[in-house]
Amino acid sequence: MGKTVVVIDYGMGNLFSVTSALRYLGCKPLVSDDPRIVEGAPHVVLPGVGSFRLAMERLRSKGLDVAIHEAVRAGHYLLGICLGMQLLGASSTEDGKTPGLSLIPNTVQLFDDSTGVKIPHVGFNEISPTTPTGLFEGLPTAPHFYFVHSYRMSVESLDCPLATCGYGEPFLAAFDKGNVCGAQFHPEKSQGNGLQLLKNFLQR
Amino acid sequence: MSLVRKRLIFALLFDNGKFMLSRNFRLQQVGNLEWLEKNYNFRETALAIDELIVLNVERNRTSNEQFCEHIKRLNDDCFVPIAAGGGVRSVADAHTLLRSGADKVVINSILYENSSLVAELAAEFGKQCLVASIDTKRVGGSFRVFIDNGTQMIDQKLPEWLRHVTELPIGEIYLNSMDRDGTGQGYDEEMLESMPMTIGVPLILVGGAGKPEHFEFGLCDPRVDAVCTAHLFNFVGNSLQISREHLLKTGIPLVRWDGSQLKSLAGSVL
Repeated sequence: MGKTVVVIDYGMGNLFSVTSALRYLGCKPLVSDDPRIVEGAPHVVLPGVGSFRLAMERLRSKGLDVAIHEAVRAGHYLLGICLGMQLLGASSTEDGKTPGLSLIPNTVQLFDDSTGVKIPHVGFNEISPTTPTGLFEGLPTAPHFYFVHSYRMSVESLDCPLATCGYGEPFLAAFDKGNVCGAQFHPEKSQGNGLQLLKNFLQR
Repeated sequence: MSLVRKRLIFALLFDNGKFMLSRNFRLQQVGNLEWLEKNYNFRETALAIDELIVLNVERNRTSNEQFCEHIKRLNDDCFVPIAAGGGVRSVADAHTLLRSGADKVVINSILYENSSLVAELAAEFGKQCLVASIDTKRVGGSFRVFIDNGTQMIDQKLPEWLRHVTELPIGEIYLNSMDRDGTGQGYDEEMLESMPMTIGVPLILVGGAGKPEHFEFGLCDPRVDAVCTAHLFNFVGNSLQISREHLLKTGIPLVRWDGSQLKSLAGSVL
């Protein structure tokens, strides 16, 4: 049996796609909304599709926000995907200003459409990692990942390995800060590049 | 300047356990999942596309559970986004699809019948999760819009309908030519020409592709972000791989996927 990975179910993820990618890699994904299970898991994935405010409300109502903080404090590994990455930040302006889990200080805003880009940002775009190690190990140069989002996280004030992407403006594509990391793109939907990144996370 | 790549999309039409061929919206049964596996070597084909769209085109929607099972199975071999739809009439319907392996939800009739539901879906899943499908064909010299699997003509013409739909909270437009559907004669140039030069959301062009040059024609238009084919016979075997190669060779900005990387990662986390 492979490594057990807990995928947090708070009613807002493309859960099946995430578990399918984890199974392909040889892991045993466990989908759960139980804070005790989340707290005790060595590897936790926080997926997410939807509204920031709703997501935070649902995490709180199930005590999952506390469980995520406990897991991180205990040194367990956490990966936030798409909205799941944004939730790790300080706040978002989506649907009224909402505080996030504040595991990193960055904030989330709508893309700037004055640059002439279409919103949402949909499709494969290339990212620029600051280092080819850690979460970004084993990827080709300027690797492509699948993005689908209207809100993006600011790049500033993050003192760790990270990757940026450009869509009219630079934004945070992924970060790798100690035992907490996140990807704005969908690694489970980015062919081999995404699976390589998931592998890097799981092998910690 | 945006580096986001253009996309080549494969669409599968599903009806009660079978994948269907559609010609001018008349459906013909082709084969089941095993047929797809055998004739498309699906794992290989999934490396030649950037996205998969799966639509339940069954009229009575009695096979929804089976449809969801099929989305799950397709997911096992396919690490690109999957947009699914067909008969979505509630938040619960969309939720079921997203929990069965869909990453996005395709909507059509509710754009006309229930725009408050569209708003509800966007509030729940975000507008980027909604692909607005528009079926259009020529009637009396102008492009008219149809809902309910192309059976019902609505009172608005294509340009005004497009304007209306792009004002709704949706993330992409899936523009399907019913006249060209399944013909293999190429995308509907006149339909595309009737589109405004700027559309606020990404545009997926579908209906009529029969060879790699048709994809090329679509992707060379600055309005088009993605081209799609639902024709199960025109691109059988490794034709989608050949098409992708053709597009890359002609300089269309698609991603070049590395199949060996994906294969070497199977079961690699111990």
